Amino acid sequence: MMTGNDSASSRPFNNQKLESILEAILFAANKVMSIDTLYNLLQEDVSPSRPEIKVALTSLMAVYQNKGINLVELAGGYRFQTKKEYSTWVSRLWDEKPQKYSRAMLETLALIAYRQPITRGDIEEVRGVVVSSTIMKTLQERNWIKVVGHRDVPGRPSMYATTKQFLDYFNLKSLDELPSLAEIRDIETISKEVSPQDLVES
Amino acid sequence: MSGLTQLSVPELKEQPTIQQDLPFAIVEGKPITEVPHDLYIPPDALSVILDAFEGPLDLLLYLIRRQNMDILDINVSEITLQYVEYINLAKSIQFELAAEYLLMAAILAEIKSRMLLPKLAEEDEECDDPRAELIRRLQQYERFKKAAQDIDEMPRINRDIYAAHADVEHASSPMPAADVNLQEIFSALKSVLDRSDLFEHHHIQKEKLSTRERMAQILLILSNESSEGHFVSFFSLFSPEEGRPGVVVSFLAIMELVKEQLVDFVQAEAFGSIHLKARNS
Repeated sequence: MMTGNDSASSRPFNNQKLESILEAILFAANKVMSIDTLYNLLQEDVSPSRPEIKVALTSLMAVYQNKGINLVELAGGYRFQTKKEYSTWVSRLWDEKPQKYSRAMLETLALIAYRQPITRGDIEEVRGVVVSSTIMKTLQERNWIKVVGHRDVPGRPSMYATTKQFLDYFNLKSLDELPSLAEIRDIETISKEVSPQDLVES
Repeated sequence: MSGLTQLSVPELKEQPTIQQDLPFAIVEGKPITEVPHDLYIPPDALSVILDAFEGPLDLLLYLIRRQNMDILDINVSEITLQYVEYINLAKSIQFELAAEYLLMAAILAEIKSRMLLPKLAEEDEECDDPRAELIRRLQQYERFKKAAQDIDEMPRINRDIYAAHADVEHASSPMPAADVNLQEIFSALKSVLDRSDLFEHHHIQKEKLSTRERMAQILLILSNESSEGHFVSFFSLFSPEEGRPGVVVSFLAIMELVKEQLVDFVQAEAFGSIHLKARNS
């Protein structure tokens, strides 16, 4: 006969142990790990529930609070990473300077991030210049953007949106952590800033 | 393009009352008689600057900001004049401008000409300002220009933050390295040598065999085959007809290639036949 008491005492782990297991996995994995992935990894023996994993991770975050590395939650899951304030020193490990992105690429990325789903035409309208195919290709190759559909207009242009990898790369948990768009000074003589797209979204 | 020629007409006709100082521009009702100092950009610098613009909107924003002009109250004729100046300068230094720049010049010229037309009293004020659409676009572009800067400043992987990683102790490597026992290679060599003995009496004085040359020959065979995904049998690389020296040179060449990590040995099973393939193909 199964009782609640039985299952609790037969659990092969305590919270401390689970934390250590998760810590070890996250360090060894060297990539963002979702709760689901962690859950599946531990299913055959430790078998913690998803909320238990979540609690353990939250507690791990607290453990690392005052260290040079910390555990962060991102769009794709959890990752141990060095803290930003130590980048000056950490970066000296490598001769290569981190890649700088062109303004064209950043502006294109910004438009996709803030206005998704967005077509190339929309991007061109705001930037006033043709969108470079190389930039779109690079963004897609980096898995930062993807085609999420096609707008139902002649030519059925692809609509682009950002990916989880984009958020992970920029250390974000979700899109609303992006810095808010600069406010526009209001004036009556200007027609409202509402583009057709905003209407579709709301 | 006919609109462009009209741009050079000075704006003085609008203010015929001010005669004494010949102001070249009127900003918010005030006559400006001196060229503001910050407007002068050395022509050499211009080619560098032009390259830095992300399009006509970017250039316009720059011109507006440069003069501390209110974006909501753009002096279209002033801006148009400067804009066209830039375009002409770009042309004169044979800087290739995208068609969008010319389109913007036409838009500016159109706005300017519409601003010169007398307003009809009954027309709706809000829809009337011919600058409204341009201002909307400029503002919108400026927002995303700023957003792009914001994104650039966000902490990002391998610049501001680095993924932390720990090595795994006693990790079982998922791909066992296909090691070939040296003994096996020697016994394979022996069987080749034995076979070459059968041809001993054919031994002919040849040119001195070059290991380097043999390496190149073998590498060529391997890369041709490997590119099609084939492996080459260890034995097939030897020509017993060459006799002992030829076999030795071939063997040395193969060893040298392995040492220089240009080829890999592959053996499917113990005592199985040894194959070679070129790396990086």
